[in-house]
Amino acid sequence: MNLKDIKNQFPIFKSNKNLIYFDTANSAQKPKQVIDALENFYKNHYANIGRAVYGLAARATADFESTRETIKEFVNGTEGEIVFTKNSTESLNLVAHCFGKFLKEGDEIILTEAEHHSNYVPWHFLRKKKVNIKFIPINEDGEVEVNKLTSLITNKTKFISVIHISNVTGLTTDIKKVISIAKAKKIPVCIDGTQAVAHTYVDFKELDCDFYAFSSHKIYGPTGIGILYMKNKWIEQFEPFLGGGGMIQNVDTKNITYASGVSKFEAGSLASAEVVALKQAVKFVKDIKIKNIISHEQSLASYALDKISKFNDIEFVGSPSNKGSVFSFNIKGVHAHDASTVFDEDDIAVRAGHHCCQILHKKMKIGSSLRMSFGVYNNKQDIDAICESIKKCKKIFKLK
Amino acid sequence: MDLTELYQDLILDHGKKPRNFGKCNKFNHDAEGHNPLCGDNIHVYLILDSEKKVKDISFEGSGCAISVASSSIMTEIVKGKSEKQARELLNLFFKMIKEGQEIKKVGLSEDEHIKFSSLAGVGRFPMRVKCATLSWHTLRAALDNEKKPINSEIID
Repeated sequence: MNLKDIKNQFPIFKSNKNLIYFDTANSAQKPKQVIDALENFYKNHYANIGRAVYGLAARATADFESTRETIKEFVNGTEGEIVFTKNSTESLNLVAHCFGKFLKEGDEIILTEAEHHSNYVPWHFLRKKKVNIKFIPINEDGEVEVNKLTSLITNKTKFISVIHISNVTGLTTDIKKVISIAKAKKIPVCIDGTQAVAHTYVDFKELDCDFYAFSSHKIYGPTGIGILYMKNKWIEQFEPFLGGGGMIQNVDTKNITYASGVSKFEAGSLASAEVVALKQAVKFVKDIKIKNIISHEQSLASYALDKISKFNDIEFVGSPSNKGSVFSFNIKGVHAHDASTVFDEDDIAVRAGHHCCQILHKKMKIGSSLRMSFGVYNNKQDIDAICESIKKCKKIFKLK
Repeated sequence: MDLTELYQDLILDHGKKPRNFGKCNKFNHDAEGHNPLCGDNIHVYLILDSEKKVKDISFEGSGCAISVASSSIMTEIVKGKSEKQARELLNLFFKMIKEGQEIKKVGLSEDEHIKFSSLAGVGRFPMRVKCATLSWHTLRAALDNEKKPINSEIID
């Protein structure tokens, strides 16, 4: 597939001709086939799934369930271990809440200093039970120091949950090493892969972690769907997270038995049209091939890092590598929000702030930063344009 | 609206060299304000004397050029005014920014009026309104001696 023309497949760039979108790490734009699939399902095939026996509902259910199969193949998962939630945040809340029931005072959880708030706040709730949280530190380059993990583990360590790729620095955690250390100590591991899927190779069988969370809207799919891979062992052991329709087997006034399998964690009506359309997003990514996405994003990152670092007032957050699809920086003397407003005048979408990673920003001793993240639709002209905008910004703020 | 109008010299100057920065001596009123979305924070300190006059006022905090300039200008304008005037001014500031109302001099000197009005343009950048209003919300909280930090995300 030719990535040069791929922008044409995204209607947003037709209705916003000058838009330069550098916020894929926040949410990816949607290709036409995903938007069409949503419309097609609502127009021609809509019924709630998993409940009624009439043909329309049965076909909708089959269409919905086949997305699970598509995802399973995409990330080399196992049958019956893909749970649909609302987003990665809900997935991580599910894991922390359900696993938290097994914990008692003094037990320890290990996270990293690079976590997005969604993989910290849910674990913070367990502090009410006097569970302790430890952090694998990040070094000044922003790298998670996985070699320090072993020294953090004690006989009270009950769980490890780590970010796969940082949404601020774009740096990859050595999750294979984390998983192997944890396995040797029989500690379950959860990976927050929200920024990894569709940007790097993810193979669940190869990783063999206990949980892996990612999100539909960040892989060119619709909003409202989180994908949680959960080993069957945990599907059986966990109590349900949310209660309601769809997750029960039998209900009477005294007792309730829960559904088995992933249904136990899918209470209430799900985002059915969105799940159906997600299949098209996965197909879109598979057709392009991850290896082509990686080389495209790496060449953009190299080009951008090279050009931006030529300005004399740039401060990067950590030491971003040309291996990622995300990096963050500041123009010294200009607050990230002011720079973002200047970029916006040129129709360039760049997120400014702490990107839901206050621990990382505090560690790096910065309040906020500008984040550039790439998707398949970005090109070198986009980077040339932001460099012009950086020049303009420096002029407005009277920097040399 | 041109960006150079938003980032005019007066605002850039106050953004880079904020006036009345720090903790003023013997303050008897103070409050904190946060904008959790952008991480801006501000702490306003003031002395309200026995005649209900703002004898001194200062602030500490960090944020973008607009938020720092707005805080700095706010302290310059409010210093020496009565509590009643300060409350009137903050309401006028919100009207100017949020409703685009042109503000007459309302007892301000020529210089004060120029400073006060310099932030009017922020109203045309909806995503930046909170940057400009945070200091004035925090002034209100300080006058009321509110203990709980205010959150501009909820107010605006």
